[in-house]
Amino acid sequence: MSKEVLQGTLDLMVLRTLESLGPQHGFGLAKRILQISEGLLDLNQGTLYPALLRLEQRRWIRSRWGTSDNNRKAKFYDLTARGRRQITEKTESWTLTVSVMDRFLREPAPEDR
Amino acid sequence: MLAKLWDLLRYRRLDREMDAEMRYHLESLEAEHRARGLSPEAARLAARRDFGGVSRTQEAHREQRSLPLLETLTRDVRLSLRSMRRAPVVTLAVLATLAISIGANTAIFSVVNAVLIKPLAYPDADRLISVSLASPVMRIDDLESAAYVYLTQRDQSRTLEGVGMWSLQAVNVTGREQPQRLMALRVTADILPVLGVEPLLGRHFTPADDEPGRRPTAVLMYGYWQRQFGGDPSVVGQTVTVDGAPHDILGVMPQRFRFLDQRAVDLIVPVQLDRARVFAGGFGWPSLGRLKSGVTIEQASADAARLLPIAADAFPVMPGFTRENLDGGEWQPLLLPLKQDVVGDAGNTLWIVMGTLGLVLLVACANVANLILVRTESRQRELAVRAALGASWGHIARGLLTESVVLGLAGGALGVAVAYAGVRVLLALGSSSLPRMDEIAIDRTVLLFACAVSLFSALLFGALPVLRHTRPHLAAALRAESRGAIGSREHLRARGALVVVQVALALALLVSAGLMIRTARELNSVDPGFTRPDVVQTLRVTIPASSWPDAEPVARRQQAILDGLAALPGVESAAYASALPLQPGVVQTDLLVTEGGRMSTEGELPQNRAFHMVSPGFFATMGTSLVAGRDFTWADLYDQRPVALISADLATREWGSPAAALGRRLRGGSNRNIWREVVGVVSDVHNQGVHEPAGRTVYLPALAALVVEQPAVVARSVSYVLRSDRTGTPDFLADVQRAVWAVDPELPLADVRTMGDYYGESLARTSLTLVLLAVAGAMALFLGVIGIYGVMSYAVSQRTREVGIRLALGAQREQVLGMFLRQGLVLTAIGMAVGLAGAIGLGRWMSSLLFGVSPLDPVTYAAVSAVLVVAAGVASYLPSRRATRVDPITALRVE
Repeated sequence: MSKEVLQGTLDLMVLRTLESLGPQHGFGLAKRILQISEGLLDLNQGTLYPALLRLEQRRWIRSRWGTSDNNRKAKFYDLTARGRRQITEKTESWTLTVSVMDRFLREPAPEDR
Repeated sequence: MLAKLWDLLRYRRLDREMDAEMRYHLESLEAEHRARGLSPEAARLAARRDFGGVSRTQEAHREQRSLPLLETLTRDVRLSLRSMRRAPVVTLAVLATLAISIGANTAIFSVVNAVLIKPLAYPDADRLISVSLASPVMRIDDLESAAYVYLTQRDQSRTLEGVGMWSLQAVNVTGREQPQRLMALRVTADILPVLGVEPLLGRHFTPADDEPGRRPTAVLMYGYWQRQFGGDPSVVGQTVTVDGAPHDILGVMPQRFRFLDQRAVDLIVPVQLDRARVFAGGFGWPSLGRLKSGVTIEQASADAARLLPIAADAFPVMPGFTRENLDGGEWQPLLLPLKQDVVGDAGNTLWIVMGTLGLVLLVACANVANLILVRTESRQRELAVRAALGASWGHIARGLLTESVVLGLAGGALGVAVAYAGVRVLLALGSSSLPRMDEIAIDRTVLLFACAVSLFSALLFGALPVLRHTRPHLAAALRAESRGAIGSREHLRARGALVVVQVALALALLVSAGLMIRTARELNSVDPGFTRPDVVQTLRVTIPASSWPDAEPVARRQQAILDGLAALPGVESAAYASALPLQPGVVQTDLLVTEGGRMSTEGELPQNRAFHMVSPGFFATMGTSLVAGRDFTWADLYDQRPVALISADLATREWGSPAAALGRRLRGGSNRNIWREVVGVVSDVHNQGVHEPAGRTVYLPALAALVVEQPAVVARSVSYVLRSDRTGTPDFLADVQRAVWAVDPELPLADVRTMGDYYGESLARTSLTLVLLAVAGAMALFLGVIGIYGVMSYAVSQRTREVGIRLALGAQREQVLGMFLRQGLVLTAIGMAVGLAGAIGLGRWMSSLLFGVSPLDPVTYAAVSAVLVVAAGVASYLPSRRATRVDPITALRVE
């Protein structure tokens, strides 16, 4: 299986992570996403940053500079109200996609019949 | 979208933040790997690996930040620059055409802006007005104001915040090295406050300084202060001797201060008006005021009209006149925005020149559109391929338009450079004929104008290719064999239309230039009333009343100077007069009353006429012929005989003929004026300008008793005229100076010039307009001819195959030639028909600039049409001849 991240899914992962963990910096987010995917995902951690910027431009998340655990300056991302609404919407559409895909994949291919 | 635009504006900061963020990430990863026991070097590499490509991430990040529109724009610009490089000749032709036409428009706009648009350089200048009086019944358009009107307005006006009166007076300034003849501005104390200007140093006049009998004071203009005192600030408190009387220097005006358009003023002195000696009458004082805020000119005029009778009641009538005389004038106030008063009729000339150059720009745009059409045509296939590969209509259109805009802006930038040069030329040509020329600058407004014109032109010439080419006939365009033939008919029609426009505009512009040429010829052929002005030297000498109070000694002294001048080697004849023909300055006028003439028989009101005082021999020196009677003699002067000479038109008007006027009597408007006998009639002289009516002048002896029981009057400031072939040479001028100073070394020489200078200046504005319109016409003709040539060449190249077939089938070469020639001439004819209508409109618009020629002058129209037909014929013939050289065999084999 290709371990590349499907376009659009990274957004939802980021939003969900922020929802469950609260404000996070980029490094924390990357670590958490890799942790949850348990190595199934081949994520160049740098790819995260354009996605974060895109989410910020859509006003789904916001950022501010803060101090990290090891007492260094880092940029922290946080969900906005709009972002919370997006989680619900995206989760629904994602679940729908998954269930539809699931049905297709379980159906035997015509040639096989 | 807005967020992105905002991000774009803080590009650097965001880049720095991004770097910091990624660095933090990398360092954190590195720390983790180290904690797991890797060596620092290995940890760093591992961190890099985990993170992925740093620069790729940065790039992706930046891309996410950027605006797609801007991206495509830069790409389009890059593409168009590349495509321009590929066709350097076309690009250069387009840029040159645009640079010249945009530059010309920008240059003339900078003049229009400085002269007509910019407010005068005073605070709240839109509330400044000039105040004068007019008498429609006496046909006096503008006789300035008068002291009694000024005083009444100053004290009782409800609509004016302030009002002031001024006049110019040439003065002798002595006591510093050489005596100098300077221009003094005499003002009432309120003038500078009304204008709202403050001095650079010291103070300006208080009402106390302006009271009669006070010790005279003066304020220096910046230029004089620099010139004479080297900008020494301690000059305030020193004195300067003006016309023999010491004046305390109160202050210095700032460098930027100009009094209206009077560029020659050196110092300002108070009028010191004596209210006890002010009479109702005595017009000729220019006056200006400031409206109270919120007051309109109409309200102020009504208020001024209300005050006129009050003013007339408040002051005794001028001696020698009756109240009926005064009321008979039916004086009306004439209030104008001060700017209009300063600018005068320069607006006519400027708007017309601006309009014609605007038309040239249109011709240029038509030409550029033509060139671009050809270019785009040859790229037809490229565009079709792009469209086939999925480029949208909008994409292609945007690309084409971007090219035009890039061309337009580049041409505009070059145009600004051209404008800088053009402004210098205009200043050299126009400084003496246009007001406010010293305010001309290429400032922000002008640059904005250049930018707007460039964009406008770009859209204009860019629109046509876009309309023609963004919906390519895909299939046809892609078929190789139909290359070039696609819709060629349509393109030819579009380009034909452009040629029609060009010819039409060229015709209109050439007609306007032609009318100006005719006007200049007419003006040059006018007999000014004097001969060979180039060999008449002039100089002005003033003998101040402070040193020579009595009249007769002044006249003796003037004659002594004249004798000295006449004795100089090479001087044919010499004389002097109070005013010279065409010399700018205040001319003495008075109402003329005659005896037994048409005026008395038909009961006409006396009219205002110029009264010049002249020495014997003046007319002989000037070359003005004596039509009847005799010239003045020195005995007429010193015996103060009541005699006069008049111009031929006055003699004819009053008594029927010059001969009939001899022995008749006339006097000035006052009934205390002495009746004078007409002893001679001289031919009409154009005193006010070649384009103004000639004559209408009464000549008095330079020393004359004018009013009964009053001492004789002498012209204290006189211009000498010397007819000599040495005129203008340095050693002659040195001789002249020595001759004057031999009589009185305290006398400064002013206006040392030639009659030729005055004559040239009186034609200066016509010359300026002529040059500008001729340039515009020539440009239009040139561009038009190129346009025709281009279209005909294109038509010939498109129809090579057809010509080949025709020739193969036996057509004669003359027939082919005729076919193409006809096509070119038909386009020209249509263009000329359209242009005729335009020319008639343009001619009517510029009729105020014309002299002695009708706006519909048939000679001009015929000549211009002939020129255009010949030019168009040549431009069509050259490419057409190429068609006849087609070899049928090769033509048929091509493609």
